Amino acid sequence: MKKEFKASITRAVNDANLTGALGKFSEAYKVNRVKAYEGIDFEALRSKIAEVKSSAADRLDELADAFQKNAQALGAKVYRTRDPQEVKDYILQVAKDNGVKTVVKSKSMATEEIHLNPYLEKNGISVAETDLGEWIIQLAGQTPSHMVMPAIHMTKEEVAELFSKEVDERLSTDIARLVKVARDELRPKFLAADMGISGGNIAVAETGSIVLVTNEGNARLVTTLPKIHIALIGVEKLVEKFESVMPILDALPRSATAQLLTSYVSIISGPTANDDGSLKELHIILMDNRRTEMARDPKFKQALQCIRCGSCLNVCPIFRLVGGHVFGGIYTGGIGTILTAWFDELKKSEDIQGLCIQCGNCTQVCPGKLDIPEMIMEIRRRLVLENGQSLVQKTIFGVVNNRKLFHGILRAASVAGKPFTSGKFIRHLPLFLSDLTSGRSLPAIAAEPFRDTFLKIKQPKCQEKVVFYAGCLIDFAYPEMGVALVKLLNKAGIEVLFPQEQTCCGAPALYSGAYEVAAQNAVDNIKVLLQEDVKHVVSACPTCTVALVHEFAKTLDTLGQKEWLPKAKELSEKALDFSTLVKYLVDEGRLSFKEGVQLGKITYHDSCHLKRTLNVSEQPREILQKAGYEVSEMFECDMCCGMGGSYSMKLPEISAPILQNKLKNIKQTGAPTVAMDCPGCVMQIRGGFDQDGSGVRVKHTAELLADQLKD
Amino acid sequence: MYEQFKAKAAGVGAEVYRFEKKRDALDFLLPFLEKEGMADAAGSYALWADSPFLDGMDKKALQELPGLKFEVTRSLASQAKFGISQLDWALADTGSLVQDQSAVEQRLVSSLTSIHIALIASGNILSGKAPLFERINPQTSRYIAFITGPSRTADIERVLTIGVHGPERLVIIFVDELGGENP
Repeated sequence: MKKEFKASITRAVNDANLTGALGKFSEAYKVNRVKAYEGIDFEALRSKIAEVKSSAADRLDELADAFQKNAQALGAKVYRTRDPQEVKDYILQVAKDNGVKTVVKSKSMATEEIHLNPYLEKNGISVAETDLGEWIIQLAGQTPSHMVMPAIHMTKEEVAELFSKEVDERLSTDIARLVKVARDELRPKFLAADMGISGGNIAVAETGSIVLVTNEGNARLVTTLPKIHIALIGVEKLVEKFESVMPILDALPRSATAQLLTSYVSIISGPTANDDGSLKELHIILMDNRRTEMARDPKFKQALQCIRCGSCLNVCPIFRLVGGHVFGGIYTGGIGTILTAWFDELKKSEDIQGLCIQCGNCTQVCPGKLDIPEMIMEIRRRLVLENGQSLVQKTIFGVVNNRKLFHGILRAASVAGKPFTSGKFIRHLPLFLSDLTSGRSLPAIAAEPFRDTFLKIKQPKCQEKVVFYAGCLIDFAYPEMGVALVKLLNKAGIEVLFPQEQTCCGAPALYSGAYEVAAQNAVDNIKVLLQEDVKHVVSACPTCTVALVHEFAKTLDTLGQKEWLPKAKELSEKALDFSTLVKYLVDEGRLSFKEGVQLGKITYHDSCHLKRTLNVSEQPREILQKAGYEVSEMFECDMCCGMGGSYSMKLPEISAPILQNKLKNIKQTGAPTVAMDCPGCVMQIRGGFDQDGSGVRVKHTAELLADQLKD
Repeated sequence: MYEQFKAKAAGVGAEVYRFEKKRDALDFLLPFLEKEGMADAAGSYALWADSPFLDGMDKKALQELPGLKFEVTRSLASQAKFGISQLDWALADTGSLVQDQSAVEQRLVSSLTSIHIALIASGNILSGKAPLFERINPQTSRYIAFITGPSRTADIERVLTIGVHGPERLVIIFVDELGGENP
């Protein structure tokens, strides 16, 4: 990562105003959003939107043709172009033809995307943004940090400073007063403007209508007072039918600002009469700027389902820490990373794509059903294809693809790490998955890996067998978790098989964009794990489970390596996570815990992959309760712990505050123990509590359960 | 549905009233305007846009009231304190009002003024967008406006502030006598 980029992150996370405002907003947003959706079947609603928008993305040209025909029939002028420069030229020409000196604008990300304001200003036209947030950043000479709330990064003190300069009067920080100043300053501009420029939230092909969704009332003035109205709309806003406006209006305000509906919605179909009786000149520009190319790319077509609500930013654990400006472009956050990679260029996303920790929070709330983490993974893959891997990565992954060498190094690390050991943790261990950077408490490599310990375990002979896939962390750092799993399954009458040739699941390579490496890991594991004729392959690491269930097949498919696909699918059907299997065994009555035991309060941390990719959250809680624990929920129990594989080592400045927040939430429950199903989370959170010194026990669910088995 | 509408609209800061007769509505409205300071001076007068409510009313008598005007122009609207208009539909599930505002006067009185008074037939409350979309037609209505509460912003520190560019107050008056679809 570039130095300036790292510096901008450090500045952002240390900006107390920014992280305070964003953190508070993000916490409140989640609660308010849920409330706004009360009584609405969100899954059905977003499926509808995804269907409507995806079908539109399949036929952008056809819908644009229909829109043009229908809007023109109503008297609008429709201009279509792929080129942002042509958009600017067109608007300037209309302005020149009509002697336009002043423009008022309502909020439009598309005009920000093509940097329209400076272009018009350069050509002698005065432009006033009228959305309060946009006006603030215009006065500050900045770009929006959030697509819905452009000035969310600014304090009232900063706004008062800006406005004071503008009106040449010392203003206090009273927000109501500042808003009044904006009203009074902008009102004459509305009344005097020769031209109004707006964006558009929806464009309806069959009626030639544009829909504007706003709160302040400025769009109504921009589209009413000046005699010329230009609407600039990205072609991804097209929908075929008028009725499709409904689901988008149901979702957009709820997802954007947790409102049932914004204060104003305007559906404009053709020009209306001005107040002097003349007919308004209405120009609608449908802008492509690579959207059609995106629509034809199977991996990125889904990005056109975005309705620009910004909810992905509002729930993002990274965005709430760093804000929007770190992203460097006009569009910010996860969706911004994707749009920047396309509307600017792939290279521009090189640094910012690394900000995504792949926690999947955004996928849960996106009303367009976008899988942003998946698209960011694809960006990583393409960047690696374009730029190649770094030497360090190449070396690491070269090792990871050679199991014997890899495991040999891990064994050696267990010895090499020794001198630095303090308790269970050591500092500055060259952890095998990391970019060899330093920074935090990491676990010692176990003196004896699980693969060796396993050979010494005396198991009962059982009819039923399962294959255990340990993954690197359990195998080499936390073998006790594997031992606990064997104990539990043996108790249920299941013998555990551990194929010694199993190797890394490929997640570290995959999440770094090194798909070829991950594919090799996938094939090596598929061969080994399918050798035994068993019903289940169980893993006690959710990231590994996701690899077995989803990523092996997806990776091979992406690379076009079809020959192993059927086997990958076979493995996918057999693979499952630890808690799901144990819950099933408990329900079947095959596994029971000591009776009448009260173990007191415990809190449970949901790991990202388990909760959001595997949809498992109730199972571990239920079995912990069965074992005698009383689960006391922490605030934001399913918020990422900041580990994210090697993320915590690449971006410790972000990972650390996320972890601190998690530790705080755990401590607030007063529970002496926190349980989780992921060895990666254990590593992060245990490492945090090791330094924090508050003595909270951090345990894998398997370990806690194994202690409570009936004798 | 009226109660649901009222709760939702009040939830976003609108003031909601209901009267049986037009006369009752007027008996509320005129003292309200007076109390809020309606006068002939710029910044204090009221503009009443063309409304079915006025059919059969003695407009001349109303015009006698200081500060109440029935002529709507851009320059008058820019100095008006009150805007009065009649909306077409009310949506119970979101507390929204909907009107075909193709006529610019309807937009001027509801967007440039500080207090927008919205009259509406009690019989035109719909459950939500689905029945509304069966009743609106963009081919014949060029500017369909939804209004939900007063103008608002939260662009400074996410603090909700009312009345940034549009009206600071939205006063909704249902009148049973105006009929509507389900009188």
